[in-house]
Amino acid sequence: MRAFTQHQGLVAPLDRSNVDTDMIIPKQFLKSIKRTGFGPNLFDELRYLDEGQPGRDNSQRPLNPDFVLNQPRYQGASVLLARSNFGCGSSREHAPWALEDFGFRVIIAPSFADIFYNNSFKNGLLPLVLDEKIVDQLFQRVEANPGYQLTVDLEQQVVLTPEGDSFPFEVDNFRRHCLLNGLDDIGVTLEDADNISAFEAKRRQDAPWLFEPLS
Amino acid sequence: MSGKTLYDKLWDAHLVKQRDDGSALIYIDRQLLHEVTSPQAFEGLRLANRKPWRVDANLATTDHNVPTTGRERGVDGIEDPVSKIQVLTLGSNCEEFGIVEYGMTDKRQGIVHVIGPEQGATLPGMTIVCGDSHTSTHGAFGALAHGIGTSEVEHVLATQCLVQKKSKNMKVEVNGTLNPGVTAKDVILAIIGKIGTAGGTGYAIEFAGSAIRSLSMEGRMTVCNMTIEAGARAGMVAVDDTTIEYVRGRPLAPKGDQWEQAVQAWKTLQSDADAVFDKVVTLDAASIQPQVSWGTSPEMVTNVGGRVPDPAKEADPIKREGIERALKYMGLKPNTPITEIRLDRVFIGSCTNARIEDLREAAAVVKGKTVASSLKQAMVVPGSGLVKAQAEAEGLDKIFLAAGLEWREPGCSMCLAMNADKLGDGEHCASTSNRNFEGRQGFGGRTHLVNPAMAAAAAIHGHFVDIAAADTAAV
Ligand code: SF4
Repeated sequence: MRAFTQHQGLVAPLDRSNVDTDMIIPKQFLKSIKRTGFGPNLFDELRYLDEGQPGRDNSQRPLNPDFVLNQPRYQGASVLLARSNFGCGSSREHAPWALEDFGFRVIIAPSFADIFYNNSFKNGLLPLVLDEKIVDQLFQRVEANPGYQLTVDLEQQVVLTPEGDSFPFEVDNFRRHCLLNGLDDIGVTLEDADNISAFEAKRRQDAPWLFEPLS
Repeated sequence: MSGKTLYDKLWDAHLVKQRDDGSALIYIDRQLLHEVTSPQAFEGLRLANRKPWRVDANLATTDHNVPTTGRERGVDGIEDPVSKIQVLTLGSNCEEFGIVEYGMTDKRQGIVHVIGPEQGATLPGMTIVCGDSHTSTHGAFGALAHGIGTSEVEHVLATQCLVQKKSKNMKVEVNGTLNPGVTAKDVILAIIGKIGTAGGTGYAIEFAGSAIRSLSMEGRMTVCNMTIEAGARAGMVAVDDTTIEYVRGRPLAPKGDQWEQAVQAWKTLQSDADAVFDKVVTLDAASIQPQVSWGTSPEMVTNVGGRVPDPAKEADPIKREGIERALKYMGLKPNTPITEIRLDRVFIGSCTNARIEDLREAAAVVKGKTVASSLKQAMVVPGSGLVKAQAEAEGLDKIFLAAGLEWREPGCSMCLAMNADKLGDGEHCASTSNRNFEGRQGFGGRTHLVNPAMAAAAAIHGHFVDIAAADTAAV
């Protein structure tokens, strides 16, 4: 996994709550057996005026000029500012894959759906919770100031604004540690292989029916 | 010290290691796999040169992509080459790693959340995961079950564990007696309508109360299925005789002495009387009416006798904008009576409502009647090959076909429209599935979530009807 320590980038505001994973990456693109290549279809139904299909040349498709990521001032954005319950819906990891593939490294919102939140960390994408009032304020500033950038420091756990604010944020130690070091968490878990085996042996004794072969 | 909740008990029983940083290693008893969220996980194993930790803990099936016609042709019946590759990839991965798969022509194939319980692969007291958010369904058995992402699928394959942080405890208590025509689906939609789609975020929900206890296992699965639509990853119901009777005799259920031993263990799977929940929500069963969703989020529901809301009456500007946007997408005017929404298609299926009991309820409504001529399509998609066989043994297929509904092969189908079954742009659908998100059932499609009998009645009338009143209405 790509490590994440500090990031500075252009902010794009996505002003709607309950953005679901179907919206982030529609189902027809989930047929891929790869982890990459989802960026061109991020927010497909919002971004284009027609229906997207896997394998189509997206450069030929009509863009929705009203959609925020299509506006010239937000080209190259790497920080997504969003509203509450971002990433609700399915467990598809294709959602963070698509956001990451598009170029986002950070998503700031007042709240995230659990599974999406979890999936993001596994992909070097930092979902970051700030208070609703601060998020409101950031929406106003982003919209008022073309080229508005934020700096996110995961080591210090702060968001720094061009105005000189420094907004602290919370993140679990384990997730922070993995992200800062770009760790493969399967490798970390396997350091406990003996503990897992011991637990399993006891469980096999207590509940042998859980260890019957399937057919 | 206060007692433990069911969730606390399940958590403690699977705790391999509590780490200093607040995270924990949790042992996983069962992983269910399907074609959409597993290929990258298997690929990850291969790249890292890892093997599955315990092959027998995994069970796979193909459901999301499969066509609901031409099943006799097997994988060759899949027209879409991209879908076909995904289905074939699951098959080759399972073969390579030695994992049992119920493939397209296996009569046990079906929606992953229908086949687990049906086979007894889902048992009380288990931890169950799947790369699918509706894994919460299995919590109906007094199990800790939730959806995970593909990286975690790989993690479970490789280590039989998940890195987790314990959730908070929430109890949703529904007491009293449900009115005739009000089903488990209405209960969970009413709960979501009350607490909102983020109401359960960060919690594990236990559904309790006399109305929940009185539900069949099918009904409890419907309730737990949509826990994720309330924002909680896991929903559960305590074990009682209903649970045990459902499990008894299932192909993969314990046998003989092990059965007795298991039942003793399962009987402890309830919250202690003095357990403390971080949050408690109560609903009066008698106040719940049949529900219909009018918007693009499962919290946007109302009673069948209600009306489409008026955004002008919403004080909160973000909510108001949400309603306006939803109504625009849905092509609905404020204050329209729900029963006046014209429908184009009806879909009876999905892991929420495609078990035998659901099909019986729908068949009872359409028996001897005819689908409204204004509809383009009304389809019934059983949840599994075995549900289909059971329904056919009971003659339900004949009832549906005689009424003009289509009788299809099992799979996810129009719940998410990854196969050929989908809504056209702008079409309204009465659907027994669980998500009414924009585009969920097809580009521009408009989904209204309802229970199976309501969907069946809507198929007959071409619009929603209050099913309690439908019996007397002229068709
Ligand atoms: S039926 Fe629908 S919700 Fe259930 S697993 Fe399939 S796609 Fe997901």
